[in-house]
Amino acid sequence: MGIRDFLRDKVQKVNTPDQQRKEIDEKLWLKCSGCGEINYHKEVTKALQTCPKCGKHFPITVREKIDIIIDPGTFQEIDENLKSLDPLKFKDSKKYPDRVKAAVKKTGMNDAFVSGIARINDRPVHIGGIEFGFLGGSMGSVVGEKIVRLVESAIEKNTHVITISCSGGARMQESILSLMQMAKTSAALVKLRQKGLGHISLLTDPTTGGVTASYAMLGDINIAEPGALICFAGPRVIEQTIRQTLPEGFQRSEFLLEHGMVDMVLHRQDWKSGISKVLEFFG
Amino acid sequence: MATVLDFEAPIVEIEAQLDELRNLPGLNSDQMNKEISSLEDKLAKVRANIYKRLTPQQKVMVARHPDRPYTLDYIQNIFTDFTELHGDRLFREDPALVCGMAKLDGEPVMVIGHQKGRNTKENIHRNFGMVNPEGYRKSQRLFEMADMFKRPVITFVDTPGAYPGIGAEERGQAEAIARSLMVMAGLKVPMITVIAGEGGSGGALAIAMGNRIGMLEHSIYAVISPEGCASILWKDASYAGKAAEALKLTSKDLKELNIIDEIIEEPMGGAHRNHPATAAKVKDFIVRNLAELKTMTPEQLFEDRYQKFRNMGVFAE
Repeated sequence: MGIRDFLRDKVQKVNTPDQQRKEIDEKLWLKCSGCGEINYHKEVTKALQTCPKCGKHFPITVREKIDIIIDPGTFQEIDENLKSLDPLKFKDSKKYPDRVKAAVKKTGMNDAFVSGIARINDRPVHIGGIEFGFLGGSMGSVVGEKIVRLVESAIEKNTHVITISCSGGARMQESILSLMQMAKTSAALVKLRQKGLGHISLLTDPTTGGVTASYAMLGDINIAEPGALICFAGPRVIEQTIRQTLPEGFQRSEFLLEHGMVDMVLHRQDWKSGISKVLEFFG
Repeated sequence: MATVLDFEAPIVEIEAQLDELRNLPGLNSDQMNKEISSLEDKLAKVRANIYKRLTPQQKVMVARHPDRPYTLDYIQNIFTDFTELHGDRLFREDPALVCGMAKLDGEPVMVIGHQKGRNTKENIHRNFGMVNPEGYRKSQRLFEMADMFKRPVITFVDTPGAYPGIGAEERGQAEAIARSLMVMAGLKVPMITVIAGEGGSGGALAIAMGNRIGMLEHSIYAVISPEGCASILWKDASYAGKAAEALKLTSKDLKELNIIDEIIEEPMGGAHRNHPATAAKVKDFIVRNLAELKTMTPEQLFEDRYQKFRNMGVFAE
């Protein structure tokens, strides 16, 4: 404990009741889940929700990710009205429509993908991303359709495409329809390529399963968030299959960089400048 | 001894009785012939009864039947002059995915399919039909070669899924599948896919983007195995039966969802009962659809496949 913390503690113990003191502590200070260091909340916010000491990236929403990349106030959302249906009448412990309803309420989004047109250093781009908070960012019919429409709109308006992934993979409640979104999104990228337009894929923690195994790995440039889990089969599935414990850092961004799967690992603070350089190269 | 699924027990029992009767000395009495023919009738009825009413979980068992025809059986029964082609030119050969040139009624085609083994030794060699990234990179190479020389592509799907292992992840299983989807989407030759057994998620889809997709009656195709789905959503793999129902993985379900074009009927009692008869139906499906696709230009074939997958998905607006 630093001297500052010690003094603050003393002062507050005198002046505030326990519960209130705890709330103030949580507002002002944040313990990093990576290095265990205590950070001043404002510092963490300034570092775009990363630990100023060890660089650990804390989860943020997809809208926050988009805002980090684009010129402020330039985002115009498209296709925001698409909603999931329940073609399979899927029910496990809960009905699928009830799960969707709860996710809509929780996130304020109609489904797990938000997309639109924006500007980066005044250059128009199409940008879209997955919200993990919406059913684990799983890719169902709506997510797949919105990705394809984003790409189609980019082709029509002649801009490059940026996708931001953060997903548990396929949406099981849509079974085969969910699987087909992998084919559909990948096919759209063929058309984008035919027009000479680029796809920058930003992979954030976590990106797994059918999302990794389709459009997300198909960036002309793949960029990973530091320390993100990026894989096809999740660590638990692999451990069950091979009955071994996995090595430290397995399937993390730095591992993917080492194995040649991503072009670069970029800190949030470098997202905008890094993507701008790629866009400049794309022309 | 052939593998018997538990719900097939009544069938096997009558078959045993029939065998016994036929082997009795002093055959050919009228009484005996009558007995045999009545048992044969009964057998057909019982078999039809069981197979017309298979639950999704029972279909999973039939789709995984160890005597079910595999890619190499279809190759033998449908094509001639098969020459296997090996390797991804990057890492190694993957025996879980069989690829090669063959002739279909005299016409050169590229055949690609998952291959399971019939016994433990074979299954270790074939990795139980679970493909590694190098397998998918081999098929990408050969999809592109078929495209270059304007030869149709026929694929056979039968895999529990892409292999989930350390090496597979290190070598980019996700990228290998993703790139396969892109390569197939770009093909300007006819491509026909047969879902022959287990359609296990991304590992199946990685060779399954045909302009036309046929599915054997008792095959299955889903985003995850019933066991995997049960352990995630029910937190208990023993709910696999419920998951099999919920996942809508039968050929009938997939036809209704417009994911497949045609259900290929199996011989009564399942494809494992009669490989040549099954192959004949599959061949008919391939030949008919190939003839239709061959009337299209390369651009039309590309666009036909694009629109087919573009339109998959159900949502509200």
